[in-house]
Amino acid sequence: MESVRRQNHIILGVQSLKKYFSIRRGFFQRVAGWVKAVDGVSFEIEQGKTLGLVGESGCGKTTVARLILKLLEPDEGKIIFQGSDISEFTEKDMKPHRKEIQIVFQDPFGSLNPRMTIGLSIEEGLRILGIKSGRSRKERLEKLLKMVGMSPDSADRYPHEFSGGQRQRICIARALSVDPSLVICDEPISALDVSIQAQIINLLKDLQDRLGLSYLFISHDLNVVGYLCNTIYVMYKGQIMESAPAEELFENPCHPYTMSLLSAILDPEPGKRQKMKLLEPDLSDSLITSAGCNFQGRCPIEEPRCRKEEISFEKVGEKHIVRCWKVAEK
Amino acid sequence: MTNDSLISIHDLKVYFRSNSEHARAVDGVSFEVRREETICLVGESGCGKTVSALSILGLIPTPPGEIAGGQILFADQNLLELNEADMQKIRGNHIAMVFQEPLTSLNPVFTIGDQIGEAISIHKKLEAEAVRENCIQLLTDVGISSPAQRLKDYPHQLSGGQRQRVMIAMALACDPDLIIADEPTTALDVTVQAQILQLFRSIQKIRSMSVLYITHDLGVVANIADRVYVMYAGIITEHGNTAQIFHDARHPYTQGLLASLPSRSKRGTRLHSIPGAVPNPAHKPGGCPFHPRCPYAIPTCSKEYPQMCDYGQGHLARCPVLFEGGG
Repeated sequence: MESVRRQNHIILGVQSLKKYFSIRRGFFQRVAGWVKAVDGVSFEIEQGKTLGLVGESGCGKTTVARLILKLLEPDEGKIIFQGSDISEFTEKDMKPHRKEIQIVFQDPFGSLNPRMTIGLSIEEGLRILGIKSGRSRKERLEKLLKMVGMSPDSADRYPHEFSGGQRQRICIARALSVDPSLVICDEPISALDVSIQAQIINLLKDLQDRLGLSYLFISHDLNVVGYLCNTIYVMYKGQIMESAPAEELFENPCHPYTMSLLSAILDPEPGKRQKMKLLEPDLSDSLITSAGCNFQGRCPIEEPRCRKEEISFEKVGEKHIVRCWKVAEK
Repeated sequence: MTNDSLISIHDLKVYFRSNSEHARAVDGVSFEVRREETICLVGESGCGKTVSALSILGLIPTPPGEIAGGQILFADQNLLELNEADMQKIRGNHIAMVFQEPLTSLNPVFTIGDQIGEAISIHKKLEAEAVRENCIQLLTDVGISSPAQRLKDYPHQLSGGQRQRVMIAMALACDPDLIIADEPTTALDVTVQAQILQLFRSIQKIRSMSVLYITHDLGVVANIADRVYVMYAGIITEHGNTAQIFHDARHPYTQGLLASLPSRSKRGTRLHSIPGAVPNPAHKPGGCPFHPRCPYAIPTCSKEYPQMCDYGQGHLARCPVLFEGGG
């Protein structure tokens, strides 16, 4: 488990990933349009690092997670995990790779089976993948519970006996049970109490240091993402709008959407009431996109060209790209 | 109690009984809201902030709930002693409420116009046309574009932010003196949250109302509150103006909460975290309810109920240990 992993090694690369959902209407359920939930998303996660994916609800963050886990089949694009393209894998090909990518969900109340003891829930992955025999599973279970800061005797208890923070610890232990190298955290702390959030963030960080885990951290909380992530990708209506190393993104945001997101951060600092660059409310049919930039209609610096052309990325810094042609003019 | 006090709550106690359990959800809470100010009740889930707000409006289901004591003084009357008919005149008319989840608090089978209109016509006798005009004006006030068309929309046709704006329009319908907002932005996106907070700030100013804002988010508090009451396990642990709470917190719980907030400036450092978990209201620790999680706890903390300590200028904290230790 504690194997030393090489630095700067790309563990997961996603290339022009696309997933469209059809909207069906009428008696014959004809396809009336397409929702471009994920529309050409590319990113790379380095071994042992944390990539933050931020955006408003409905922007496609969770769909990206489900595509990587192969819970959904992508329409186009590649998912290169540890050197092999898993997007083409069948269920059977995928099985040996399943243990490598695990997920921690947002709601620890909905993601644990209330009829299974904690021990059974955590062991299930090991059992299904046929890793380890009965006795060594018990040992592993104890070790996992200790690792996430729970007492080993909680294995025989049921989820309702635990608080939200404890349940999230259990979910993390379950994700780690099969010794994954990549953990997808889909809003793992937003359902937790404020005083518990810091505990879980610290735990995720400790585990990363100890086990060399890589995280794909999905969140809408920019304070947390700014604290935890190495690289940040800003997503809007299925597309990446801007990506940069965390500090660079906060210091020098270039896309108007990123700027408005950052200005909506509430600083816990009275007297510094934020000057918000308020976005126009999104009045378009938010799911279906038309030609040109996806941010049209809400963008404060929009020009006619933005509605005509496909907008591609402009390079601003070494690892800083922005999907806005006006950046190049500055 | 000062002269400009609008509503004051004294030693409110709300208990819930179920089978064998007896939960003291609100256990001796006192606070006041003055005219034209925004106060925040801050606390984690289960600390009693929502129960306190619901008891102001007489919305605690009894049983299992029970108002075990205290007074809620509003316009020289104790709201706890009013009958349902008198309470109905206050509710919506003088004190209105905005709930957390706009999708579940709006009725899916009635249009927006019907629902805002209902709030108006319950309290005022107006012609249908006047009600409609009133509704349009309200929707304009809360920043909804093309309000006349929106009146015919059903809740599912609106976005989350628009629904919350409709909820606020309903609350504003009778020009109340006090709006109680229970986590109105928790279910919304950050950008929409920023818009709703700005809306609250502007309507509070324009209409000179008071707002009682309930939240667990300290970022929201810093942005909207004039004064803050911090709650923990059914009691008020600290009270002060926003600067006192954020720059000079005197209760270990408030200090711990502030220190545990993640931010970009804390990158690379370990976050401070408060150990343990929020106690179950039915099994609260004796003495100071925070003592099992408190870094300053001494043996008396588990035995004696802590008294409020006065730091001057309205800043109160319920922690004698830090007070006697010279703050």
